[in-house]
Amino acid sequence: MSSTTFQAEPRGAVRRSSALASRRKIVDLIVKWLCMTATLIGLFFLASIMATLLWRGLASMDWIVLTEEFRPTRYGDENAPKGGLIHAILGSLIQTAIGTAIGTPIGLLVGTYLSEYARGSALGNTLRFVSDVLLSAPSILIGLFIYQLVVLPMGGFSGIAGALALAIIVIPVVVRTTEDMLQLIPNTLREAVIGLGAPKWKMITLVCYKAAASGILTGILLAVARIAGETAPLLLTSFGNNVTSFDLTTAMASLPIAIYQQANSGFPDLIEIAWSGALLITLGVLAINIIARLVLRGRN
Amino acid sequence: MGAGTAPKPVGRSRGIDVGDLVFEWLCRGAGFVVLLLLGGIIVTLFIGALPAFREFGLGFLTSTDWNPVEGRENYGGAVAIFGTIASAILAIVFAVPVAFGIAFFLTELAPEWLRRPVGTAIELLAAVPSIIYGMWGLFVVVPFVQMYIQLALGDYLTAIPLVGFLFESRFFAGTSLFTAAIVLAIMILPFIAATMRDVFLQVPPVYKESAYGLGATRWEVVKGVVLPYTRISVVGGIMLGLGRALGETMAVTFVIGNANRMPQSLFDPSTTIASIVAMEFPESLMGSLKQSALFALGFLLFVISFLVLAASRYLLRSRLKA
Amino acid sequence: MGSITEQTTSSASGFGGMQARSAEVLNTQARISVRNLDFYYGTNKALKGINLDLPDRQVTGMIGPSGCGKSTLLRVLNRMYSLYPGQRAEGEVLMDGRNIIDASVDLNELRAKIGMVFQKPTPFPMTIYDNIAFGIKLHEKLPKSELDDRVEWALSRAAIWGEVKDRLQSSAMSLSGGQQQRLCIARSIAVRPEVMLFDEPTSALDPISTLKIEELIDELKRDFTICIVTHNMQQAARCADQVAFFYLGELVEVAPAAQLFTAPREKRTQEYITGRFG
Repeated sequence: MSSTTFQAEPRGAVRRSSALASRRKIVDLIVKWLCMTATLIGLFFLASIMATLLWRGLASMDWIVLTEEFRPTRYGDENAPKGGLIHAILGSLIQTAIGTAIGTPIGLLVGTYLSEYARGSALGNTLRFVSDVLLSAPSILIGLFIYQLVVLPMGGFSGIAGALALAIIVIPVVVRTTEDMLQLIPNTLREAVIGLGAPKWKMITLVCYKAAASGILTGILLAVARIAGETAPLLLTSFGNNVTSFDLTTAMASLPIAIYQQANSGFPDLIEIAWSGALLITLGVLAINIIARLVLRGRN
Repeated sequence: MGAGTAPKPVGRSRGIDVGDLVFEWLCRGAGFVVLLLLGGIIVTLFIGALPAFREFGLGFLTSTDWNPVEGRENYGGAVAIFGTIASAILAIVFAVPVAFGIAFFLTELAPEWLRRPVGTAIELLAAVPSIIYGMWGLFVVVPFVQMYIQLALGDYLTAIPLVGFLFESRFFAGTSLFTAAIVLAIMILPFIAATMRDVFLQVPPVYKESAYGLGATRWEVVKGVVLPYTRISVVGGIMLGLGRALGETMAVTFVIGNANRMPQSLFDPSTTIASIVAMEFPESLMGSLKQSALFALGFLLFVISFLVLAASRYLLRSRLKA
Repeated sequence: MGSITEQTTSSASGFGGMQARSAEVLNTQARISVRNLDFYYGTNKALKGINLDLPDRQVTGMIGPSGCGKSTLLRVLNRMYSLYPGQRAEGEVLMDGRNIIDASVDLNELRAKIGMVFQKPTPFPMTIYDNIAFGIKLHEKLPKSELDDRVEWALSRAAIWGEVKDRLQSSAMSLSGGQQQRLCIARSIAVRPEVMLFDEPTSALDPISTLKIEELIDELKRDFTICIVTHNMQQAARCADQVAFFYLGELVEVAPAAQLFTAPREKRTQEYITGRFG
């Protein structure tokens, strides 16, 4: 038997306050409704954005928008030809493609280094920290950086400067997903490959990359979605252009910049075209995001 | 290895594989590139900012002047710095309660079949490009703030004792610090909500059951056990949102009014570091003092957001390890 | 003792016989009566037609191999399963004349009456004092001095007051595993429940801490009806007045501890307690 000395039992029968009980239930109910309201607010914003985009964007969406270059406003001249966004669409495709092509291998290698070579090491931890900071760093600062590094020495805005700025944004996204996905691979698989006598680099490139392929692909897709809509860094690097240009050494148009410029032009017809561009880019970005999720889910 | 008859291992060398060496150094080299990038950003911003720092010294932080007229050029960063911090903190104030509600709903209240689609929809909010928030903000939120908050509620708000002055404005365009904070809040909402949801889910069920076992309601369990259990990570998630809000550019540029004037009220137009750089940098002359002042602002933004993001990452480290 | 064996032959004999047996064996009234209880995880039936009485102020031990349903039954008694969609119970669990698995039952009130202690200690991330006060504050509005008294009383009853009285404001996480578990028992007691459920309360503890908890359970049964799930047959033999053996979701046999471990009626019980499976 226990030798503890006891206080006197609390006197009287257990009498829990029923007023307290009902007040607690009411509080719980209120919080429940507040939380549901909060969720509805969040969903409402998404719905409002999509509805606005569809409503305004579809209004002037037509073949011309997708195939023609920029034309000045038709304000005051009904007979002037309507312009489009093809120069910006092509510019965005080029810069996004080059940015992804440069950023992905670097990000992939860094992610590999973090997962396979530098687990727990000081350099690894520093690198992971730096990469995570870059992931959320203000993108306009990356524009300023490339401006100093590329635009100033080249003497002007250029497509390649824009692509480089986007590449810097791609890197941390790919690093994060690559490391996460490689870490999901069980060590037994690594040991099995090494046990067969394969050198480590073959183990990584032939087996680990294959095992993590869908996850890594997801990371790349998310990176593409992220840079496809980036505006601020391009403003300071490729600047924008009213005609189609494939010359990487001169200013190059891009969809976000074209939207920005035309939305702020003050001319209703150009603003309508900006909305069409906004619809295009949002649908594209959301589609890539959803595909990325499906790729990852398909793996399981 | 004395027995000459023993078959040699095929295709496998005993020493260090050359491929291994090359691959490891490729990976490490890529790592150095990333470190150099961060270092490079700091250094180039600082170099760009040097002329302005030399010209204005510490006064740059406190001066509200922004005068590009040749001969009388004078640039101070106080308005943009204040606007950046004020809009970001206000955005946090708006976003955190809603984000908490969403996280609570997704982890405790929603039926299983609803959690994934609703969670995905909220996450997609984070994928919408900044410029889209800007346009939507300009065409939807700005008129809303103008009509339904400033005009409809303005008189009631200014009558509130002590804080009423915050709502007293001569500006009725709808583009203001307040509008910028609302748009920012919506943009960072998914980041905070997703972090909170993830850390709430990491609370071992047995702790929640212990509280339920004492007769606690769902709200009491979250308030009494889940929040204390996750408070560090929750603060980390909020800091992540703050870091994002500080550096957000395009959305703010559309709705803040871009006035380099110290705001006297929440409904006054203002500017932020990111938006003043976006607005003025492309049209500033290469190597001008104005450009240097913008670099100086960029450098300050980098320092502020680096500190906030580093703090966020430190607070979230336990979650990252898990 | 002979008459008991004659009265019931197996768990299939229906609840009438069961009730008679438990009541007669222990000479007390049933605090909780489980009648024809089925339990489902989705479509998987985890408990099949359980009939069991928990005698008032006695310790009922529940033993059986992993997955036999003993913990599931425990989680039915305080409706913990209601937290999870897809889990449901059918049948009756009677307490004070009410069926507690009825949807209309107030869960907060029920759980205040039926406390639970878990396998692993679950101190909340707050001070020792606040851990105990947490449950009290949910149900009662007490002035500070009374709250202090109640905290002291609960900690004393859980035989941990002496160890923590000088550091009530330090974090509960700073206690040792055994102390944490007694703190959790105190936290349950503080709400003044009538029934206490223990889900393998010592499986994460060292032998000395285990002994303390067992002594405590023995002490607590003066005031509480206790139900303890355990993997450890010695523990059941030491603590329990009545022992129930579960296998594959069925209640195979229930009998006074001494009888179940020395002269089980069922072959499956015999095999289990002699270590032939499980």
